[in-house]
Amino acid sequence: MKQTFAIATGKALLILLQRTGRGGTALPGLIAQRLDPHILTGLTARLPSGSAVVTGTNGKTTTTRLFSTILQQAGLKVVNNRSGSNLIRGLTSTLLDQATFSGKLVADVGLFEVDEAAFPQAIAEIGPRLILVNNLFRDQLDRYGEIDTIRKRWVASVQKLGVGTTLVLNADDPSVAYLARFAPTGVRTVFFGLDDPAQTLSELPHAVDATKCVVCGSPLRYSAVYISHMGHYQCTNCDFKRPEPDYLAQNILLQGTSTTQFTLTTPAEPLPLSLGVPGLYNVYNATGAAAAALTLGLAPENVRLGLAEFKAAFGRIERVALAEDKALLLALVKNPVGFNEVLRMLTTSAEPKLKLLIIINDLIADGRDVSWLWDVDFEVLAGKVEQVFTGGLRAADMAVRLKYAGVASSLIRVEEDIATVLKEATEHLLPGETLYVTPTYTAMLQTRQILQKMGMVLPFWEE
Amino acid sequence: MKIEIAFLYNDLMNIYGDRGNVITLTRRCEWRGIEAKVTPLTVGDKLDPDKYDLYFFGGGQDREQYTVADDLKGEKGRLLKQAATEGAVILGICGGYQLLGHYYRPFEGPDLPGIGALDIHTIAGHQRYIGNVVVETAFGTLVAFENHSGKTYLGSQAHPLGKSVIGGGNNGEDSTEGAIQQNVFGCYLHGSLLPKNPHFADHLLKLALQRRYGAVELSPLDNKLEEAAHHSAMQRARETR
Repeated sequence: MKQTFAIATGKALLILLQRTGRGGTALPGLIAQRLDPHILTGLTARLPSGSAVVTGTNGKTTTTRLFSTILQQAGLKVVNNRSGSNLIRGLTSTLLDQATFSGKLVADVGLFEVDEAAFPQAIAEIGPRLILVNNLFRDQLDRYGEIDTIRKRWVASVQKLGVGTTLVLNADDPSVAYLARFAPTGVRTVFFGLDDPAQTLSELPHAVDATKCVVCGSPLRYSAVYISHMGHYQCTNCDFKRPEPDYLAQNILLQGTSTTQFTLTTPAEPLPLSLGVPGLYNVYNATGAAAAALTLGLAPENVRLGLAEFKAAFGRIERVALAEDKALLLALVKNPVGFNEVLRMLTTSAEPKLKLLIIINDLIADGRDVSWLWDVDFEVLAGKVEQVFTGGLRAADMAVRLKYAGVASSLIRVEEDIATVLKEATEHLLPGETLYVTPTYTAMLQTRQILQKMGMVLPFWEE
Repeated sequence: MKIEIAFLYNDLMNIYGDRGNVITLTRRCEWRGIEAKVTPLTVGDKLDPDKYDLYFFGGGQDREQYTVADDLKGEKGRLLKQAATEGAVILGICGGYQLLGHYYRPFEGPDLPGIGALDIHTIAGHQRYIGNVVVETAFGTLVAFENHSGKTYLGSQAHPLGKSVIGGGNNGEDSTEGAIQQNVFGCYLHGSLLPKNPHFADHLLKLALQRRYGAVELSPLDNKLEEAAHHSAMQRARETR
């Protein structure tokens, strides 16, 4: 009774706010939650095919969208959330949006993207059928606390998982694979990973978070490293090592800033896949999404079509065409590992000399501490850039970082104001050239707003 | 001229971009034609106190800090303290700063011993000091970012590095930030500290070179970008706290 009232009230408030042009607010969720503290559990229980949760530091938005595209291919109606700080409220609002006044849900399945810090609470309230854990990296330490603390909280919530839950884990990330040790009886664990000698790094990059065994603290030995600390590892002291993946990406073909192809080895037939987004980290995202979908019993054909159809329309990388065959390529950066991957993609693309605009803000959603810029290996840019503009509240910090990375000061132009620097940088382009723009979260929002004011048509974006 | 830099526990104590300090020291030498050699010294590596002019010791997570404290317990910690007594330049940030002191006292469990090169001790605190900071020192104003809950108190042998103008400082109580004892410097200043405080970077380099070569004058460098970063960090500190 209490719940029915809470749903109806929240729903009414939501409609009212949407009519007055203030959609997307967490307020209806908050009110409904006040009326019934268990409303989220109640709402998710009404989803006919249950829910799945995606978490991890990097790529959870893309992974959730890839997973969602696959589910839609299978004809399922999916309800997604928008990631944000007030996660539980946001989730409640999203579900209210999909509910009728009587509390019946229009969607079949819930697919929720959850911040690593909100993970324990979300799991407890949603009670998902499947949990996909991508990776654990250093990300905005001042907001989320240290990696060890997060891992401890994850372990505690895994220990409480109900019988019948499936954990889909990245075998290549020691912190994630470690979680399998704590799965109670009746919880199924499925691993995914990469296996492709052509994609290995020659050494561990600097921004590496876990080179020590999470079980005993001894050094880990890697026979292959793909991204940061993700690869094929084995403890030099105890029995901890990369578990054998059930789903394995092989024969990976990265085609610059456009597409990617790989073969997915599965417990059944190998599956040749084509992915509409570039970068090795997206191979991890797609492999995780495919493993989760196949584990839920979806047809391989749905996975193939879903991944092929996926476009970076909402993703971390998008291309905006300008006049005279000029273009902007936008890639969100939010932590050292993600930034390193973007740099890897840029420096292996066809362009001999890059034109780059790096926009760094230090608001709460960006991470207030810009120290992380010193963990990014900007040294790879030395000798590869024709011109770098830096913008945002910390444009000057970024410029110093580039200077100390070996980029000549004469190639660096600092302008805090994003509108001004965007204008200057795009005017600097010659016909046929691309400007690579890498903003932090709030800088991305501002950049998009400015581009829209400049008359450019951009697809709807949310992180 | 040549400078030998030891990067202590670069693989374990590296969580807040503190390696920017080592990059800055190295580059500022190279630009002046001074050879800078950086040697990473981690768990199990031997420390030769006669070899190095400057030691850098960054911050880490709790677990790593225990590993490092353990490694410093015996001979190695004694040698590092000996280097400090003999006038070597040491810069410790956050966790590194704490381990240069006498001990760190956690909420539970035994004290984590430091090497005692700084007459300071640190006690776990409930409040976390996070944000942009400004510190006034004898070497000029420093701008940085703090992120710690440990509260550090200075004994009579150590002097404050500076006065905390914006930020929590050593302990949120006495408006001091950091500590100095001979040529040992410790503080809670991330950011990285040295890139946007080039005057302080040069001060450390000069101290280190003087010990080996006597009176040394460093040739001036173009600091325009560094100074711009210094000013914007100061402005952000005023706007955000």
